[in-house]
Amino acid sequence: MSADQHTTAQHHDHSSMSKKKIWSVFWILLGITAIEFFIALVLIPKGAIGHGLGNFIYIALTLLKAFYIVAYFMHLKFEKLGLIYSIIVPLIFIIFFIVWMLYEGNYWMHIRM
Amino acid sequence: MMTNTSQMDEIKDTPWNGGKSPYAVEYGKMMMWFFLLSDAFTFSALLIAYGALRFSSVSWPDPDVVFQSAPGIAHGAPLVFVGIMTFILIMSSVTMVLAVEAGHRKAKAEVGKWMVWTIIGGIAFLGCQAWEWTHLHHEGAWWGRNPFVNEDGSMGSVNFTNLFFTITGFHGFHVFSGVVINIVILVNVWAGTYERRGHYDMVEKVGLYWHFVDLVWVFVFTFFYLV
Repeated sequence: MSADQHTTAQHHDHSSMSKKKIWSVFWILLGITAIEFFIALVLIPKGAIGHGLGNFIYIALTLLKAFYIVAYFMHLKFEKLGLIYSIIVPLIFIIFFIVWMLYEGNYWMHIRM
Repeated sequence: MMTNTSQMDEIKDTPWNGGKSPYAVEYGKMMMWFFLLSDAFTFSALLIAYGALRFSSVSWPDPDVVFQSAPGIAHGAPLVFVGIMTFILIMSSVTMVLAVEAGHRKAKAEVGKWMVWTIIGGIAFLGCQAWEWTHLHHEGAWWGRNPFVNEDGSMGSVNFTNLFFTITGFHGFHVFSGVVINIVILVNVWAGTYERRGHYDMVEKVGLYWHFVDLVWVFVFTFFYLV
């Protein structure tokens, strides 16, 4: 059965995600979350960094966490390039949508004030 | 006709001519990826709506004030409870990926064990969310009711609670669905369905869904509790 051969071939690629690798990704995710807590509970209340910079760091760290979850836990990094592009490229629309809606929100605030 | 057919066969040898599978991924798994892509758009729309409304407001409720309670701590503990919830969900993502890893080795008992831990994690998360919703409801928050004032002391928008309950509710519904699907898969693991099939691809597919739920939580956590 060609379908069976196919799955067997696929499983060889999957051996790249060992138990050791799984736990190292876990510690990275936990570490990033700990940094976010440190910023929220220590750095911002003490005034070491402002809300603007804090928010920028939060979003950067969130995207980093998203990368680790999608690339390693969801295994996308080890899939064929075609599949990776099919999933990642459409997300450009989300970026457009974010930019448009934040401009729009900003505009509403200005006409309210 | 015979020559035509053989010519067609000759063409079918490169990945994008139908000669072989260009994605080299099982059909159900590919469709799970495309479902998750569409679900990502849904969650993005909800979170972007929240962002746009927040950007249009001069002031907004302070998350450190709104979410400052945990079981046994009435106030003054911002992020503690949501930190526990985040940890539970990351942990259950790890047990899920360990179940997938065990599936590759066809270790039936181990797959079952990690699936059980994943389900426990999911139920624990839902329990935490139920506690948080109940607590906020007691404080007077619900769809259409916002008791929290903005950081500058002005009246808060009802859309703060509307979107909080809608987005965490929609996410919680995904977690609930994930727990149900995980239970179905666990029963099949125990029944030996995948052992007879020769592979544990179904565990991988439900795993993709489960990690996606964790992924969405990462964003909900940032935009509701941190920013």
